[in-house]
Order: sequence, then structure tokens, then C-alpha cells
Amino acid sequence: MNLIKNIKANTKPKYFTNYIIVAVMLAVTLTMKMTGNLARSNATLLAQISYSIILAVSLNLVVGFLGELSLGHAGFMCVGAYLGCFVANMLHEFISSPLLVLIISMVVGGVVAAVFGFIIGLPALRLKGDYLAIVTLAFGEIVRTIFKNLKAFGGALGLDSTRYKGNLFVVGFVVVLVTLFIIQNIVRSKHGRAITAIRDNEIAARAMGINVTYYKLFVFVVAAFFAGVAGVIYGHFATPVLYSFFSYNYSIEILVMVVLGGMGNITGSIIAATAITFINFQLQTRLSGDLAALKFLVYALILIVVVIFNNAPALSAVREKFSIRRFLKSKRHPSEVHDDEAAWDRVPTKIRMDEVLSVDVIVDDPYTPDKKDPTTKGGSN
Amino acid sequence: MAEIVLETKDLGISFGGLKAVQNVNLKIEKNQLYGLIGPNGAGKTTVFNMLTGVYKPTTGTFYLCGEELKGKSQEAINHKGIARTFQNIRLFNNMSVIRNVLVGLHNQPEFKCSPVTSMLKLPKHYDTEVRMRERAKEILKIFDLYEERNNLACNLPYGKQRKLEIARALATNPKLLLLDEPAAGMNPNETEELMKTVRFIRDEFDITVLLIEHDLKFVSGLCDEVTVLNFGTALYQGKVNDALNDPEVVKAYIGG
Repeated sequence: MNLIKNIKANTKPKYFTNYIIVAVMLAVTLTMKMTGNLARSNATLLAQISYSIILAVSLNLVVGFLGELSLGHAGFMCVGAYLGCFVANMLHEFISSPLLVLIISMVVGGVVAAVFGFIIGLPALRLKGDYLAIVTLAFGEIVRTIFKNLKAFGGALGLDSTRYKGNLFVVGFVVVLVTLFIIQNIVRSKHGRAITAIRDNEIAARAMGINVTYYKLFVFVVAAFFAGVAGVIYGHFATPVLYSFFSYNYSIEILVMVVLGGMGNITGSIIAATAITFINFQLQTRLSGDLAALKFLVYALILIVVVIFNNAPALSAVREKFSIRRFLKSKRHPSEVHDDEAAWDRVPTKIRMDEVLSVDVIVDDPYTPDKKDPTTKGGSN
Repeated sequence: MAEIVLETKDLGISFGGLKAVQNVNLKIEKNQLYGLIGPNGAGKTTVFNMLTGVYKPTTGTFYLCGEELKGKSQEAINHKGIARTFQNIRLFNNMSVIRNVLVGLHNQPEFKCSPVTSMLKLPKHYDTEVRMRERAKEILKIFDLYEERNNLACNLPYGKQRKLEIARALATNPKLLLLDEPAAGMNPNETEELMKTVRFIRDEFDITVLLIEHDLKFVSGLCDEVTVLNFGTALYQGKVNDALNDPEVVKAYIGG
């Protein structure tokens, strides 16, 4: 049949890597749970991992594929968490099944966050790079301050949400699979090509007739939707839902997951989100008393080591030796790429992360020439 | 008389007090190869930027096949049928060669496919993808880039990058192709080959070409008519051979 032939021509085995990773994680933990080997604290950790993955993968769509820097991802998560749990609290009176309530509240939280994504997207997408980052950062801070002052949402005490009775991590991982399905399908379609084209060269993309505004809004709305869904999952095990969780620091932590995993690399985002959440959790539980202060030191050291290992030119030989491609004995010539590959580890990134992550160190360099006049960007004679 | 593809009327733009281009009147017939030449800073690329919607003309207007396009966005102008290449090559460097062409095909009506269809991978998504790839491969074969289709665009040699840019522009199915210094940085052999390519695409794709070029040998060998710009105004319009003998044009180029 024609359809089957078309599917075969358009599907590669590696398309399933990410689904398999998540499905295996789910299967192993579920077996452990069934046989009674899963501690209660580990079930919480798994729920945290599931929403971290959703956040990292959806932010990767904005930062890695569209190439725009958003520092307000926790803000969208905040909207989703508050609204979703608010709705869930009301629904518990009418619907007895907690799973159904969870699903409905996830949809509500996601849609409301998506609406916010659209609203923030409209003015913000006229901005570029650093300016967009500042606007999204401000958005995140505004949102949580508003919720802090709304009496209906519990004010400064936070919104009392109902803990999910069943295995939240199972629902969480199923949502991860759905997220992966939708985001990977976008990326591997003509729309994903348009999005990466905007990242690579916005001027050329416009000249090729790509509707840049449309796609930027589209990406923002999709990413905000999944951030909202992740927020609802968070709200169903952390009670009360407290505004202070969704701070600037958390947005940065999601960004760290994306950068660490590799921009435009979804598998990387999954692994980095899992690893960082795991490390954080372990440090939080192991280091108590006076040692608690060490948490940030250890965390920072791990980040530095990983970033250096991933990027230092001097270590490229070591990386090559341990690379997965070598492990799989890929016969591909180094200069070749598959036409759906969008990772951008080959070139200097459009966003300079060192600038972003050190926002408090502003060096006024008088020798840097002024930025070019934006009106001349179309090329000159 | 042949159909007029592009017509500009008193096209002009000023940046603040600087009148970059004034009163440019072009009339380009269908399937013509038209040259736009002039010394550096004469405003040639600015004319291109106006025709593609990067700049909004402050005076005058322009028509594509009788339809006024002044003030439309870059995307809309591309949909109407003007495609361009850039003076400094602007490929999607981190994408493979075939993906560059696929982006060019993005807006073709026969490859329409909504984001929701793609998100859910409905049968139409697969169908569109397969047909797009086939079309892209056809285009790459015409430009002799088929073998390199899986290489990164930035790894291609310079001449091939130029070719790929033309291929990508042609993928948007234009009526008028604007080439901004296509022969820049090419050796005589490559220039010779490029002349053949431009003639070939004119016939193969049934389009009209407006090109900017400094290589006067290239222009005189290829174009029938030229407009010479100097300081933003048209110094000369007409047959290419007469242009090179025109004392005003010689003065503009050599001085004196």
C-alpha cells in the first residue's frame, strides 16, 4: 500500500530512540513498584523527573530549534500549576476518579498556559535575542507575583492542591511520551524545517517565503502548553503550590538542562533533565545539617565539569573515543548529516550562553564596536 | 509585444536625508535576462531590497505582472513570485543541502500540510514529505548537487553554495528571479558555467531574471538590456553593448 511505503520512506529506526528510552524507564520503575521495591521517596523523584523532561523538551523547541532565548519557562509552568490545580480542586467534588480529574486539569492548565504563551508572544516576538530574554524573564516574575497576591489562589500561603492518590509518575511518563510524540513530529516535518530555517538565517527564511511571525508564535504556544501541563503534574504532588518555586532560578535550571543536553537535541534534553533532577534530589536528601550548604557547590562543580567535557577542544579526542556513534559503528562520513538532523553542536551558537548565564557580571567594554544599524541588515552594496 | 513581468515607476527610497535610490523606472519583459550594473554604492542592492520587501519604497511603486506589490511583506512578495539570492551567501548553513531546497518548497500549494496534520503524523503528512523530497531531488539533479545532498550546506565549495542558493530560490517557483552578484568570487571557468546555468534555468523554469553583476564580461555575454545606476539614479538604460560605449557610463566607472 502507498501509505505504508510512504511511512517506510520517512521513518528511521533512530526516530524511536527517545520513545524507547522513556518506555524502558517507565517499564523498569513500574515493575519495581509492582514487586514492592520502589521506595516512596523514589516515586516522588520519578514524578519530578517526568515533569522536568517535559519542561526541558518543550524549552528545547524554543531555544534549540527556533533559536530564541526564553527565560520565562517557569512562568508558563506557574500559570499551568495554579490554574490546573484550581480547576482540579473544584472538579474533585463532582468527579470521583482522580485520574480523570488529573487529565482534565492538565488540559486546562496547558491551554491557559498556551493562551499566555500567545499573549506574551505577540509583543515579544518583535524583539530579538537578549531583549526577548529580558521580556520573558519579566513575564515569569510578574506571573508569580500576581499569584502571590491573589486571594482566590491562596495568596502568599500557596494554593492547597490535592495530592494524586495513584502513581503520579506513571501518568507523568505517559505524558512525556505524548510530549515527545508531538514535539518530535513537529520537528521532523516541513514545519520543523521552517523553524530551524528561521534559527539558521532569519533573513533568508523570510526571503524564502517562510512566515516567521507565525512560526515563532506557534512554537511559543506549543512550548507554553507543555510547560503548563508540566506545572499541573508538579501541582499534583507538591502541596501547596507555592509561587516561590517558579522563580527565575528555576527557569535557568530548565535552560541548563537544555544546554547540557545539547541544543536541538531531544535525546540530550531527556538525559540531562533526568540527570540534573536526580543529582538535585540526591544532594537534597543526602546532605543535611551543616553540609546542606555544600549542595550548590557540588551541583555547580558537576555542571562545570560536564560543560567543559562537552565543549573543550582539547578533549575532543576523548569524546570521540567514547562517542555513541563510534559505539554503534556508524559508517557515515563525518561531513554527512541526515537531512532531519537539527542539532547545532557543529557551529558557534547564535545565543552566547556565557553571556546569558552571567547576567550579574556586566562588563562595560568601550572597545566593542556598536552593533550595526538594524536597517542595514538586508545587505549593502 | 511581450508581457511585462516587472515594472517599476519612479521607485525611490531615502534613509533620513540620504536619497539612496531615486526615480528608477524598469520595464522587464517575460523571459528576459536583464542586468543592473553600476559602481559600488550606486544602490543596486537597495533596489533588490525594495523589490523583495526588505525596505519599503518611500516614493514610487512597482508591479509584478500588473499587480502592485509595494508595501507587502517579504513573505507575501515571495508568494507572489519574486525570489532572490544574496550578495553574501545566506544559506541555512547547519542544514543539509536537500533541506535547504525543501525549505524553498515549503510554501508551494501542492505541498500544503497543516501543523496539526504533521503533529499527529496523519497519512497526508507522509504523502507530502515524500512528494516534497522527490521534487527537491529533481531540482538538485538539475543543478548537479544531487550527490552532495546529505552534506551540510556550509561544507560545499563556494561555487556550489552559489548554485544551491539559486536552486533554493527556484524551489519557491518564482516568476522573477533576482540574482545579486552571482559571479562574485568565481574564476573564469566557473563564470562561463554560470552563464550557461542562468540561460538554462531561464528556459527550463520559464522565468525572468534580473541580475546585479560587476563582471561586465558576464553581463554583456548574458543580458540583452541593462540599467546603469550611479548615485541612486539611472544613468543609462538600453542595449548592453551601447551602454559600455556610453561616455557617461565610462565616466561613472573609470572617472575623469
